[in-house]
Amino acid sequence: MTASTQNAPAKTRADNALLSATRAELRRLVRWPATWVLGGVWLTLQMLFAFAFPYIAYATGDPDAFQGGPMDQILDSMLPQSLPETLIAGTPMFGGAIVLIFAALAVGSAYSWGTWKTVLTQGPGRAAATGGLAAAVGVCVAGLVAVSTAVTYGLSLLVAAVESQEVVAPVWGDFAASVAGSGLILGMWAAAGLFLGAVTRGPALSVGLGLLWTFAVENLLRGAAALIDGLSYATDLLPGSGAGSLAGALGAASDGADGTPGVLDVLTGPQAAVLLGVYIAVFLALTFALIRRRDVA
Amino acid sequence: MSDHIVSTERLTKHYGGRAAVDAISLTVRRGEVYGFLGPNGAGKTTTLRMLLGLVRPTSGTAAVHGLAPGSADALRRTGSLVEGPGFFPYLSGTDNLLVVARYRGLGRYDVEEALDRVELTSRASDRFRTYSLGMKQRLGVAAALLGRPDLLVLDEPTNGLDPAGMASMRRLIHDLSDDGQTVLLSSHLLAEVQQCCDRVGVIVGGRMSYEGTVAELRGARMLEVRAEPVDRAARVMKAAAGAAFDLTDDGEGRTVLTGDADGVDVPAAVRDLVAEGVDVHAVAIKERSLEDVFLTMTEATR
Repeated sequence: MTASTQNAPAKTRADNALLSATRAELRRLVRWPATWVLGGVWLTLQMLFAFAFPYIAYATGDPDAFQGGPMDQILDSMLPQSLPETLIAGTPMFGGAIVLIFAALAVGSAYSWGTWKTVLTQGPGRAAATGGLAAAVGVCVAGLVAVSTAVTYGLSLLVAAVESQEVVAPVWGDFAASVAGSGLILGMWAAAGLFLGAVTRGPALSVGLGLLWTFAVENLLRGAAALIDGLSYATDLLPGSGAGSLAGALGAASDGADGTPGVLDVLTGPQAAVLLGVYIAVFLALTFALIRRRDVA
Repeated sequence: MSDHIVSTERLTKHYGGRAAVDAISLTVRRGEVYGFLGPNGAGKTTTLRMLLGLVRPTSGTAAVHGLAPGSADALRRTGSLVEGPGFFPYLSGTDNLLVVARYRGLGRYDVEEALDRVELTSRASDRFRTYSLGMKQRLGVAAALLGRPDLLVLDEPTNGLDPAGMASMRRLIHDLSDDGQTVLLSSHLLAEVQQCCDRVGVIVGGRMSYEGTVAELRGARMLEVRAEPVDRAARVMKAAAGAAFDLTDDGEGRTVLTGDADGVDVPAAVRDLVAEGVDVHAVAIKERSLEDVFLTMTEATR
């Protein structure tokens, strides 16, 4: 029998429950293989579509090898001055889907593993526990944006060096807007993932529904809006419309030969940013309300 | 400070139209080991979940440490393992407990102490997913022990343990009790409760059918006499005990006289039987096992 630590409860009460929860959730997310797998998938996609494929098309000198387009334009898209577009182009659909999977798994798996029960019986309060998880997911998304920015910047410098191009720094204002916009877009999809995980209380259905929405349903609705007058007012306000329009407003090509799937131009930049902010607030509010109100079985 | 660490007043939970827990009133006194007994599906776990704030009662009230169940202060002084351990499968035992400890504002020292108490130190760095059922269960108990809370709520803690594991779990519960910690233990294993608990509550079909000490629950000791001829033996025993003995069957088709053993001078009764020319085959004093009581009680309630 070792010495008693009866002072513990008094000591912890002073601690900030939200901060403790954030640190605890961050600890388990950082050690979670899924976090690294999903982050790796995003970086791989970014490397392949923003650099590897365009470079192969450029190096082989065959315009048909990568969606056509003038050769110097393909080279330009890989150089540092194009970073604002390169960074954000993949976020509305592919990056969004990846962080949505991550957030939905983080919440949903906690139900299937029974860890919500373990966490909530430690006494953080449901709001602090949910807030801690949301904050930890936010930190991971911010980390992903930071790493993705650094890797993309590094690769663009590499291309410039290999092709003996003059290094022209990106316009820093555009660059900062692109980084912030990527964070906003990914943050919105992450909030959507948290909400889906909380609604379905499981990993499988939440991920399935989320992917169905991002890859299929929104596009089908947009297709229908082209046929039915007035429906486009509604479809312009969908989460994917906001994400795609923000990326489009920040320079990513929405159509044409080098257009990226998911990038749109239906809203202006500020409109899209506000819409994304509203979605983040709504998804988080619903997540908190669901976890707070429902019994933990 | 009240000497009731847990008390409930007509605590009720409905799922759909069905009452999973129906007006349960129970009290757990500070420092005791309280056994919460009932068959599977009786409502034990639902009751414990309500005490931990995981499930909201439909009606009735409960107080844990004199506070609302599920409040931060009540939970910080309560360690629990309800319906199996819930841990991150990809984390080691130590890392899982560190996550839990971080929620409680505790550190590595507390984690190592808890792992040591459940004899899991040697496998602490292995992933939770690789643990056997019994090891998972012990890690769940270790999480409940973190920070030495005043109250431990353990829902079937010996689930999945082998006989040696069960014995060491019982030893652990004794040690916790000796340290002054209160233990609320649910079980469908009567032997376990019989050995560990000061008081028991029996729940059947969502209703509390008994609350009191184990000794009271078992009731009086019974005297069994197998003697022939039966009618003459019955007359003698009635005279010796001052009350009629029941005629029961011993399971092998032989008639046995059964009655309350209290206040019967057994040697004198045997001498009387012999003096009356009765052949005495067997005389035994039996304590009712908790199992008998429990089966009688659950059958009666159904």
